[in-house]
Amino acid sequence: MALELGNLTPELAAIQVEVEQYARDYGLDFFPTVFELIDADQLNAIAARGGFPTRYPHWRFGMEFEQLNKGYHYGLQKIYEMVINNNPCYAYLMRCNGLIDQKMVMAHVYGHCDFFKNNQWFAQTSRKMMDVTANHGSRIRRYMDDVGVAEVELFIDACLSIEDLIDIHSPFIQRRKTASRYDFSGVAADPSKQNLARFAAKNYMDPFINPRAKSEQASDSPAEDAAPRKLPEHPERDVMLFLLENAPLSAWQADVLSIIRDEAYYFAPQAQTKIMNEGWASYWHSTIMINQGLTADDVVNYCDHHSGTMASSPTQLNPYKVGIELFRNIEDRWNRGAFGREYDECEDYLQRKKWDTKAGHGREKIFEVRKIHNDLTFIDEFLTLDFVREHKFFRFGYNEHSEVYEIESREFPKVKQLLLQSLTNRGQPIIRVTDGNYKNRGELFLEHDFSGVELQLEYARDTLENLYHLWSRPVHLQTALEDRQVVLCFDGSDHELQHGEPFDLPDDNEDAA
Amino acid sequence: MEIERDQRRFKQIVHGRIRENLRKYITHGEMIGRRGKEAVSIPVPKLDVPRFRFGKNGSGGVGQGDGEEGDVIGKPGDGPAGSGGAGSEPGSGHLMEVEVSLDELATMLGDELELPRIVPKGTANIIAEKTKYNSIRQTGPESLRHFKRTYLNALRRQISTGNYQSDNPKVVPIKRDNQYRSWNDIPQPQVNAAVIYMMDVSGSMTDEQKEIVRTEAFWIDTWLANQYKGVQRRYIIHDAVAKEVDEQTFYHTRESGGTRISSAYKVCAELIEKSFPVTDWNIYCFQFSDGDNWGDDNRQAFELLGEKLLPASNIYCYGQVESPYGSGDFIDALKKEFADEEKLVLSEIPDKEGIYTSIKQFLGKGK
Repeated sequence: MALELGNLTPELAAIQVEVEQYARDYGLDFFPTVFELIDADQLNAIAARGGFPTRYPHWRFGMEFEQLNKGYHYGLQKIYEMVINNNPCYAYLMRCNGLIDQKMVMAHVYGHCDFFKNNQWFAQTSRKMMDVTANHGSRIRRYMDDVGVAEVELFIDACLSIEDLIDIHSPFIQRRKTASRYDFSGVAADPSKQNLARFAAKNYMDPFINPRAKSEQASDSPAEDAAPRKLPEHPERDVMLFLLENAPLSAWQADVLSIIRDEAYYFAPQAQTKIMNEGWASYWHSTIMINQGLTADDVVNYCDHHSGTMASSPTQLNPYKVGIELFRNIEDRWNRGAFGREYDECEDYLQRKKWDTKAGHGREKIFEVRKIHNDLTFIDEFLTLDFVREHKFFRFGYNEHSEVYEIESREFPKVKQLLLQSLTNRGQPIIRVTDGNYKNRGELFLEHDFSGVELQLEYARDTLENLYHLWSRPVHLQTALEDRQVVLCFDGSDHELQHGEPFDLPDDNEDAA
Repeated sequence: MEIERDQRRFKQIVHGRIRENLRKYITHGEMIGRRGKEAVSIPVPKLDVPRFRFGKNGSGGVGQGDGEEGDVIGKPGDGPAGSGGAGSEPGSGHLMEVEVSLDELATMLGDELELPRIVPKGTANIIAEKTKYNSIRQTGPESLRHFKRTYLNALRRQISTGNYQSDNPKVVPIKRDNQYRSWNDIPQPQVNAAVIYMMDVSGSMTDEQKEIVRTEAFWIDTWLANQYKGVQRRYIIHDAVAKEVDEQTFYHTRESGGTRISSAYKVCAELIEKSFPVTDWNIYCFQFSDGDNWGDDNRQAFELLGEKLLPASNIYCYGQVESPYGSGDFIDALKKEFADEEKLVLSEIPDKEGIYTSIKQFLGKGK
């Protein structure tokens, strides 16, 4: 394969050739990788835009940039490297890093590239995202020219508010028969679709369309339709898609929403595999550097940098550290044959520790793991009692009285359960659209799948306001506060909080209506 | 790189948001956090994109390290807490701290309150010479020799005359190569302002009243610092007797004696005479009190005010803070006595909300 070179110095280019060969020899399988050597300011600017220099303009990138840049100039933080999931894979190196740092970073990058290419959760992401984001950028710039920067930006803000409300599993499952999930251009134009949806969403129509749509529906729906018609038919986790198909959006608005949604789907697997992705890349930079990459001169520098990356703080797990240790642990266990029923049932710690059937499946196993797992299943499957003890994991909580964080427990099930909980749905609340015609008034009803942690009320309210901006009719969110079920409502001017309704509130209301 | 555009846009939004809420910031001075020399940090509401996210009863998470159950591992604000999204600072609303320079803040204040720019008294023609070492001469004292330039000159001469040998790079400067640092005189128009704060610290002034004074003084300082090159601040406290103090003492002293306002006027008049000659300084006096004064003292106070303080100041501001204990007569007496005195600005501040109008009254004259 021809090696595509960025703007590397001859010295660095030689290192790239060397490191790439090591990576290939270990069986890593990656897209062609292009390294770009850039300054800290440029790196921060690109990082602020999520890795894509040509992304659409938006103020939050400026905010991000300011934070990164300040952090860098005050010496608080430094981005060593950035890799973009794309074919070819783009990776940015910071110009002021030392040679040995660059070598290590390259080895790390090849780990990421292999992960992007082979992990199943990335299988449905666009590999031409560089071009796609540039395309998105020019479309959004065009809308800004047409209708004004402020208006487009305000709309983008509203879309971003719900960018987490996507169905992360939907790229892999066909939940219903839609011809093409990503072709939104025809939604409004297609008349048959309008009938299907039974809820008009014509581009150019204002929210007052709803009563008319209702009457049309009433007149042509026969009496056999005994059960209340539902929109959506099943609770929909892809709130963005639901809005795209049903909200009264103009053409440019629908396009902007679809852009934000596409990017949300592109970035979702990275949030789902943070621990694995960093762990895998760290495993490989460490393996490559220790076995081949290092000369005696560089050992100290390398160790310093490596240990800096692996540092963990008591109040936050370091995904690099957890990831690399877990991969090593898996490799070790499968090398020793320390898995399966017999091993699991062995209750003697020492015996488990010394367990060795000379199975030697370690490497093979971790390649398999990196292919099929995401963080949630990775932790669920491989985080063992012994591992948690060895690495001194604990669960901590906030003490309201003394206003500090305290260690709560070191019990394995509690630690693991909390860790899994924080990884479920990328640490975001699970929220579904359950009714797009709530109270038969075209209002939007969302349900939060309450799992014990309350929503932040102020954020929830502000998000509802943005949701209203998209839906143009009152919006409702059912969640729980202080052990009571509540419904938060926003009707365009006022917020309302309905307390303590019975659990089957939406059904009751439908019957009443 | 287009990031500058995003950055500009971000700044615009921040400034817009601050302007919208400026009234709240003005009346609630405690919201202004970390005050530095050049900039302050301000909590700006609703800046980041809101999302449905977990709230405070989810704060906590999984960590790693030594320690027993119950051990303290950190405080909120020490750093990010929680693994994954399930962590947020307890009680933090939808706010974000943003740094704003004092100049920008003053500009916004000026816009919001429609404050006119201050026209300094006719003393701006006083010109001070300031020396600045920013040039080079061929002669001068050895202590000011510019080594780098001298060396360069010598090197240049040796190369051009062919005396430089790259295998034996010896550079010997001769007298003609010497270069010396030198200065220029830079004329600087001196428009200086002195701000003198006076406060009644007798028992009837409570902490709440002092907080109002402190907040108001912050905004006055911000505005005057924006209008003048150098602003000097002086603080005088008084009960039955007065003394000059530093800023810290000014806000934190509490006396219990009676109230004799003339004592403060006397100290103030002396201070002006001693340190701020009227011809060179724009003098601003701000007096805060709950309006309680010993009856027989008024006459003496008015005398001092009318003869010494008013003629010396650009503007003399009296702010009367409403207090549960004070009688609040003083302002009426002033009103009666100095009915047509332009330099005297009176303002009643019933509560925090009053700060806004009060600042406008004080600074709205453009003097």
